[in-house]
Amino acid sequence: MDNGLTISDRDGTLNLLIRIGRNWAILFLLLEVGFFSLTGTGYFSLRNFQNILVASTTVMLLATGQTFVIITGGIDLSVGFIVGFSGVICAKTMVGLDAAGVPQFLSIPIGIAVALIFGFVPGLVNGLLVAKLRVPAFIATFGMYGVAYGVAEIISGNVPVHNLPPAVGFIGNGYLLYYLPGRSSLFRLPPNLSPEELKQVVGLIPNVVMIALLLILVFAFVLAKTRFGQHTYAIGGNMEAAKRAGINVSRHLIKIYMISSFFAASAGIIYVMKFVTGRADAGSARMLDAVSAVVIGGASLFGGTGSIVGTVIGALIVACLEIGLVNLAIPTFNLYIAVGAILIFAVLVDQFFPEITYKK
Amino acid sequence: MDPILEIRNLTKKFGGLTAVDDFNMHLSAGEVLGLLGDNGAGKSTVIKMISGVYPPTKGQIFFQGKEIKIQNPMDALNMGIETIYQDLALAENLNVYSNIFLGREKLKKYLGLFNILDHDYMLAESKTVLKGLDIEIPSLRNKIAMLSGGQRQAVAISRSIYWDAKLLIMDEPTAALGVAEQQKVLDLVRTLKTQNVPVIIISHQMHDVFSVADRLVVMRRGKKVGERIVKETNPDEVVGLIVGSVEG
Repeated sequence: MDNGLTISDRDGTLNLLIRIGRNWAILFLLLEVGFFSLTGTGYFSLRNFQNILVASTTVMLLATGQTFVIITGGIDLSVGFIVGFSGVICAKTMVGLDAAGVPQFLSIPIGIAVALIFGFVPGLVNGLLVAKLRVPAFIATFGMYGVAYGVAEIISGNVPVHNLPPAVGFIGNGYLLYYLPGRSSLFRLPPNLSPEELKQVVGLIPNVVMIALLLILVFAFVLAKTRFGQHTYAIGGNMEAAKRAGINVSRHLIKIYMISSFFAASAGIIYVMKFVTGRADAGSARMLDAVSAVVIGGASLFGGTGSIVGTVIGALIVACLEIGLVNLAIPTFNLYIAVGAILIFAVLVDQFFPEITYKK
Repeated sequence: MDPILEIRNLTKKFGGLTAVDDFNMHLSAGEVLGLLGDNGAGKSTVIKMISGVYPPTKGQIFFQGKEIKIQNPMDALNMGIETIYQDLALAENLNVYSNIFLGREKLKKYLGLFNILDHDYMLAESKTVLKGLDIEIPSLRNKIAMLSGGQRQAVAISRSIYWDAKLLIMDEPTAALGVAEQQKVLDLVRTLKTQNVPVIIISHQMHDVFSVADRLVVMRRGKKVGERIVKETNPDEVVGLIVGSVEG
């Protein structure tokens, strides 16, 4: 080797297989969309694809936070019920302020802020348990799963929280752009529409999708480009090495679990905005989807690998499947079987072909 | 010559167990010191105290003429005390230059607002340091998982040198390596010596230690039991010190 610093040639076929293996998720997504487009009715349409994006926001948000946790070699099982926990806090705060006569331009942001602040608490506790008290992440967050649910039920009084300020649903179900040739407008319908025109208006980019994507983009940047992201990978690759390199691993882990909790809280707030109600069990079924999305997206449950782009693809696979099953009138409980099976498949690939995830 | 490192009465107790007992040692610039002893003799505990992993129960450490208190690994690194552990302490999922800069990443401004990793700078600097030590690694963008044991050891050593090690501690640097790679690592230790970096080397391989060290310190059951100049001793005598059949 005369120049010691060039990439050595490797077996071409093996490289190709590894490349396919690493990108199987995106291929799978394309096949899936192709399959449902051919078999379903109206699946291949702008309206349906926007529905898929809306349906995937909860999973995308949970999975983005979960990606950070899984890269460090941990897992956060509490996120599903943190959605309900913060959603109920958000809804209760808004309803309370509304009843006290506070105008909704104040009660809504205050409700969101309160939910976000309280949303950090389960993550802080998870982080302290895992990082400082050495409780296995699986157990600490599984315990928090129960605690968050119970507290949410207490706060909500065991009934869904209704009577939210009207603007909540307006924001949660609105679009960034309402398109009507010559009369488009931002955030609200163009004024004075005839019933005929009203039918022709196309909503583009749902608000909830836009908010979720903004949050996800910011954290994708943090993970891929910053020192914080680099340390996240280092901790997952070799925690001892990270400590010896002077990284404050416990503090970092606490932040990681707080990020996961923050995303769950955001998902809870978005749920409230979308469904105009706060429910303690709002996100309970989404934890499996979120973990699956991360693993399908190429993260290893052993830690050290993963990316937000992969996770988003994973979340889209789950959402396309969900909407596709609905479209074909197949009962959605089949989704759990499919997602569970894909999760196990992804982990098996990771376990038996580590070079797929490990080598760059 | 004044010693770079001087250790006085260093003691470490873990509950009722005394791992290191009233240990004294010194080291000068450009000197390679072999720290020897059987399993459990206390060698690793001594270096963990010098590198900030364990706080000493008692005793003093002087470095470059001043007494130092090392609370954690970062303190030691900031003083220029670099340790290469037998389990390597590299993140296998990160590439070569990221490991050289691990914990001390070089940042640059992005859009004048955010600090992001400066990959180009870290890559270029890493190439320079590896070249200076005659280390060949196919691509510094390769993850550590793809490298051989010897290459990993070389990366760990380069990291220390890049960060201007004033003292390099190596714990079993050749333990996991094949014969050819062991030689490369030992050559690297000789290179460091010519660059006047003092090295403490812990090894079970008597041959390795005799081929690179200037002086040997032998421990048994937490105590220093002997000290020899390499040129004035032989492996048999040193083995005798280790097992206790020769008196210090």
